Formats: sequence, C-alpha cells, structure tokens
Amino acid sequence: MPAAAALDRTLTALADPTRRAILARLALGEATVNELAEPFAISQPAVSRHIRVLSQAGLIVQRVEGTRRPCRLAAGALSELDEYLAMLRRALTQNYDRLDQLLARQQATKEKGT
Amino acid sequence: MSKLELKTEGDTHVVVTRRFEAPPEAVYRAHLDPELIQQWCLGPEGWTMPVCINEAKPGGKIRYEWAGADGAGFFLTGEILELEPPHRIVHVERMHLPDPTPDNHIVTTFVADGTGTLLTMRMTLPDAETRKMMLATGMDQGMEVSYARLERLSGWKASS
Repeated sequence: MPAAAALDRTLTALADPTRRAILARLALGEATVNELAEPFAISQPAVSRHIRVLSQAGLIVQRVEGTRRPCRLAAGALSELDEYLAMLRRALTQNYDRLDQLLARQQATKEKGT
Repeated sequence: MSKLELKTEGDTHVVVTRRFEAPPEAVYRAHLDPELIQQWCLGPEGWTMPVCINEAKPGGKIRYEWAGADGAGFFLTGEILELEPPHRIVHVERMHLPDPTPDNHIVTTFVADGTGTLLTMRMTLPDAETRKMMLATGMDQGMEVSYARLERLSGWKASS
C-alpha cells in the first residue's frame, strides 16, 4: 500500500471516538470483541465493524483461539509511551490555556487599578 | 496563541515548553499560590481541585486533590526542594492512584521573553509500569489515544 493511502487509512481509523476508545482499551491488554463492546452503548456487530477498520489500518491484530477472536494492538502501532505523552499533552494544554486566561484577568485588573 | 511543545529527552525525561503573555513574576506566582493553582491546574474539562496546599517554601509540602464529575478522584503529594523567585521551582511529586507512583522530580524555569515568559518544565518520564497504571485510572477519562502517533505519521510538528 502506498504511504499516503496507508496514512489515510490510519487517519480515518483514528478519527472515530469509539475506535480511539477501543485502542485505549487495547493498550491495557488483549480483549475479546465482547469485552470491547461492554463499555459502549453499541451492538457487538457495530464493534466488529470498528475492529475491522482498525485491523485494515494495521493498528490492531486479531488471532483465533478456539471460538474466541481476541484483539490486541499491532506491535509498534501505539505504544503506552505515546498514549502517556498524549495524555500529558492534553492535560497540560488545557491547564496552560486556563492559565493564559487567569494571567490576562490579572493583567486587566492591574491596569484598571492604576 | 502560544503553543505547547513536549519532547522526550532520552528514555528518562520529558521536557515541556510554553510561552505566556505575562511577566515571569506572574507565571511563577501562579505555580505556587493555592488560590491561583486551583483556577488552572485542573487537567481535563470537568475536573476540580477541592483541596490545594502549597507551602511555597523550600521543604514545604504540596498536596493537590482532584475530583471528577462522576465522583472519581485522585491526589498528589510532594515537597518543594528549591525556590529561586521568580525564575525557578524545583520540586518532587507523586500521584496516589491510590498507590503512590514513583517520585517525579520536576524543574520548572521561567525566563523573560520579550513582554512574556518562556516556561520550561523538565520532569522524569514515569517507567512503563507507572505509565500503564496512570493510563488505567482513567485520569484522562480513559478515552484518549495517541495523537503523538498521528503527528509522527503525518510529519506534523508536535507543537503545531
């Protein structure tokens, strides 16, 4: 698959919040379709469709174990380091945006007072 | 709008930089005054900090308690090691999830940059085990996955 097409698939796969949540869950370890469907208010077939998209994008792999088809993150697809850094970035971005507003309010009060 | 930059330094550290449109004195104070900290250091939308203790002196204690909308919560304790107003704060902190994470040693500097301040925060990168634990608590609502990967794949600058 050409690099641009592969990137498109990855971006499409990650654009959906349910698929991102599925990846976040799999970052903690292997899970079956049933286990993945549990936290969501959607049907198992709908989860299966999401899993197919993630699998085609190369983000997850599914193996056969008797009647079970457990999924896990594809090696190198998403590390918990990436996830941790994304979480840190998100928290800090929100914190510092609020700090910007606080500093602007302080500045406005100071100017009013002089 | 000033953008956050976040970079790893080897396997052991994370360095965050961010510019603020206010003098170092103001940004420094916002990191030590509990009344101010409670207004911004809240993480994801919807969280509050009902308890905020920062003794703001070398050897002083830190305790921040966060509460989520759904009743979830966790807290952080720490100690201030060095203060160099208004340019440098060195402290150590740990999350209680409820088991304490290993100590995170954090150096925060505030450097005048034109009419504003360049903040640099250098912290310990938690080990793989601790990162998993932090992710598993849903501190970030358990729904966030890697935009770092997207940035890497697409060649977007992490800070843009």
